[in-house]
Amino acid sequence: MLEGRGLTKVYRMGEVEVHALRGVDLALREGEFTVLVGASGSGKSTLLNILGGLDVPSGGQLLHRGRPLTHAGEAERTRFRRDHVGFVFQFYNLIPSLTARENVQLVTDIARDPMEAREALEMVGLGARMDHFPSQLSGGEQQRVAIARAVAKRPEILLCDEPTGALDVKTGIVVLEVLETVHATLGTTTCIITHNAPIASLADRVITLSDGRIEREVRNAERARARDLKW
Amino acid sequence: MRALDRKLVRDLVRLRGQVVTIALVVAAGISAWVCLRSTYESLLATRDADYASGRFGHVFCRLVRAPARVEAELSRIEGVERVYPRLVERGLLPLASSPEPAVAEVVSLPIEGEAPLNHVHVVSGRLPHPGRGDEVLLLEAFASRQGIGLGSRLSWVLEGRRRVCTVVGIAVSPEYVFATTEGALEAEGRSAVLWMARDALAAATDKAGVFDDVVLQLGPHASERAVIAEVDRRLAPYGGRGAFGRSRQPSNALIDGELVQLRAFSTVAPLLFLAVAAFLVHLVLGRLVNLQRGQVAALKALGYRDREVAQHYLALVSVVVSLGAVIGVASGAWLGRGMLALYLEFFRFSEVRERLSAPVVLVGVLGSLGAALVGAGQTVRRIAALPPAEAMRPEAPTEYRLSWFSAGPLGRLVPTSGRMVLRELERHPIRACLSSFGIALGIAVVIVGWFGRDALEALIAHQFERSMREDLEVRFLGPRPARVVRTFGAMPGVLRAEGGREVPGRVRSGARVRDVRVVGHPAGATLRALLDADGAPVRVPSGGALLTGKLAEVLGVSVGDVVELELVEGAHPVRWVSVTGAVEEPYGLALHLTTHDLDVLLREQHRVTSVWLRVDPWALGAVRRRLATLPGVFSVTRRTALVAHFRAQTGRTMGTTTFVLTLFAAVIAAGVVYNHARVALSLRARDLASLRVLGFTRGEISSVLLGELSVHGLLAIPIGAWLGARFAQAVLATVDAERYRLSASVSRSTYAFAITVTLAAGLFSALLVRRRLDRLDLLAVLKARE
Repeated sequence: MLEGRGLTKVYRMGEVEVHALRGVDLALREGEFTVLVGASGSGKSTLLNILGGLDVPSGGQLLHRGRPLTHAGEAERTRFRRDHVGFVFQFYNLIPSLTARENVQLVTDIARDPMEAREALEMVGLGARMDHFPSQLSGGEQQRVAIARAVAKRPEILLCDEPTGALDVKTGIVVLEVLETVHATLGTTTCIITHNAPIASLADRVITLSDGRIEREVRNAERARARDLKW
Repeated sequence: MRALDRKLVRDLVRLRGQVVTIALVVAAGISAWVCLRSTYESLLATRDADYASGRFGHVFCRLVRAPARVEAELSRIEGVERVYPRLVERGLLPLASSPEPAVAEVVSLPIEGEAPLNHVHVVSGRLPHPGRGDEVLLLEAFASRQGIGLGSRLSWVLEGRRRVCTVVGIAVSPEYVFATTEGALEAEGRSAVLWMARDALAAATDKAGVFDDVVLQLGPHASERAVIAEVDRRLAPYGGRGAFGRSRQPSNALIDGELVQLRAFSTVAPLLFLAVAAFLVHLVLGRLVNLQRGQVAALKALGYRDREVAQHYLALVSVVVSLGAVIGVASGAWLGRGMLALYLEFFRFSEVRERLSAPVVLVGVLGSLGAALVGAGQTVRRIAALPPAEAMRPEAPTEYRLSWFSAGPLGRLVPTSGRMVLRELERHPIRACLSSFGIALGIAVVIVGWFGRDALEALIAHQFERSMREDLEVRFLGPRPARVVRTFGAMPGVLRAEGGREVPGRVRSGARVRDVRVVGHPAGATLRALLDADGAPVRVPSGGALLTGKLAEVLGVSVGDVVELELVEGAHPVRWVSVTGAVEEPYGLALHLTTHDLDVLLREQHRVTSVWLRVDPWALGAVRRRLATLPGVFSVTRRTALVAHFRAQTGRTMGTTTFVLTLFAAVIAAGVVYNHARVALSLRARDLASLRVLGFTRGEISSVLLGELSVHGLLAIPIGAWLGARFAQAVLATVDAERYRLSASVSRSTYAFAITVTLAAGLFSALLVRRRLDRLDLLAVLKARE
């Protein structure tokens, strides 16, 4: 469904060139739950941002259902994100001046076939706290709002960048359970990146990145349940 | 309501402090513009309507006497549409309130019907009946100032004979909008105008069948200069005293002067304010939007288009500017009405036209909105251009380097907080420069608002202190034999007397012509000094002429050149005179000669039109009373009274203008500094909270931020002072320099005032920011990036 071929990304940091991706081939398949693991600086976030159309690769190709996105302009990438991709970020990136429900409405206002904001929030277990502002919610709750916001448009692909990175274990597990539920209920193609190895056991497929390259790819014979995880 | 719209409303509420102050900056710009501009336009419209409905003439001429048939001759001049011959006499009207009597102009009224030109509009009472020499109309301005009402009896002196009459009506006229008579600038309140039936006035002055004053109306394409020349030629045999246009008609010249000043201060200054306010809004809103960088990125990641994000922020800006526009237009219109009322105390019109034209409002509102949208738009575009992934990351730590200063021995003496301030300035020089520039604009607009007073004081110092040195000036109704100077000099209490002569003239150099005052100065004169551009006294040379600097400039002549001088009196002799120097004079154009040379040019015996007196202070009252009763004396003016009057009249209107401008300038300055401080706080909150976490005290972190703000403020002072002086010049560049030459030099006290106002606003803002710093939520700031 979404495929990267030979993706490279080079950043310039002052006088140094940083090769974040050094030729990555990767395909996300319909309905699959993928986890990308790797140490900090391995290029995971860069890869996710490129897959989601937030950033453009320096080289290689990106295809969405066979349609090339590599040279898509800003407008086309925006349409791609708007219609097909849901994002969850490590730091939630909620709009502080909007309540939980309104943050979700940001998406339902512009999506083609969204669910009700209430429905999305109930799915993440926040039906009772819809009218709270981000500052009135815990970190885990804020992340669940972010997930509700991402799934409310019924995206084809859900991309999560360290969704538990800023959370404690217990809250992290709650968030992962929510992602699990979303995947099970909506069948959304899901890709999570994390540096937290135990999370990999949730996936159908685990891809390990190291120094901008895919080091190995493992298919789990059986997916673990989020509530059984420990780290 | 869409979620994005809700965000807009919440952002507006959350940023209310900044929203209100930015709106006030916008409002100040618009208000100053609307207030002064609407005053100017209202006054102009009122004057024009009054002149049109009152059929104010275009050319005027006084003469000794001419038979009625000359009227037909004048009406045959090309371009003349209508001729109104009449009688205008000079009388004196003793006042209880002052030793000198009021100067009265007595004007004839047609026996039947309305005057064809220079209408008289009766405000109350009625017109005098024909043949009744004891009934008069009285000028409203004089009547109200002296508390004279209908039915009052007036005692006045005409041609040495005392007369008594009854006030049967109170009137205004376009001819006397400002109550002044020829050559009597100071006579406000002491300038009376009486109207009397023509037959009665003719009988009193023995002028039946003749006229001694004429008003002409010109056709739309007539050449005023040509008509004046022709009128002068035809009236010369009847003692014509030089025809003149509206520009030299006393009341109109005064209104024109005010309009010229008002136009300068109502155009450039408020436009400058508007521009400064717009620039500041541009700067501040741009920074405000920049602070929402992360939110912009989140919106984009969610699939919002650049256009939608941009619209959202532009809506925020539009709300702020619209709020400012509403306040600005409303307060500007209200203040404009107040200022107009102030002018109407001096200028009496038959009806008032208040104007608040759509273009004025539109220029103000659209100008502000446009500049603000461009400012915010640039920032939005810059942020939108960032890939969302990048915009969502916290801004990368800026690269800091050790500069020669921080690395050197001096740098080591500076405490850590000081070093943070220094590094920030080194690292973000453009940001620091823009901030300083913003504050500097605040200082500059205060200077523009306030320097009008300096210009006025410089004029007073030049004209009334250094140039005029007499205690009293006596003017005569016509030229008098020179022996009168000796007579006056011999009066008890008079220390020195000097006589001068003034004649209207016309100077030509090639195709360039100007109407001027030709002034004759006695040899060895000390009571009237002419000053050069540096303020040093210049002696009037024998055998040559000194020209007003501006006159020399417009004629394109310099020392050694020869100009053609026509004296508009008697036989209108035309002579050649050589230019021997230039003098600095604050208004009008003049040519100065010795009285001897002037007599030679006129081929006349030595005569004088005024005498300047230095009087023993103890004897001043007695001398004034004595002079006032002498025949032929037209006015006696105390120099100190003249200054006081000048300050009261011009000072009052100018004072109001500068007050309005300064008030708004202060609002602009305060708004800038406050917003600047708030934005600085937002930009540095994270760093400062980190310092607090490390154990810095509130005082220490305040010193980092306030230190940075102080540096910006200090840098702003020289820039602001320099800009203010340039702006002042720009304002004065619009004044017609042939009429007024105001000095654009800004006084030290004005600089000090502007800097104090701005820095006080800065201090106040700093205290507000300090309070916020004290309440800084350490954890929240460190956790969240918003």
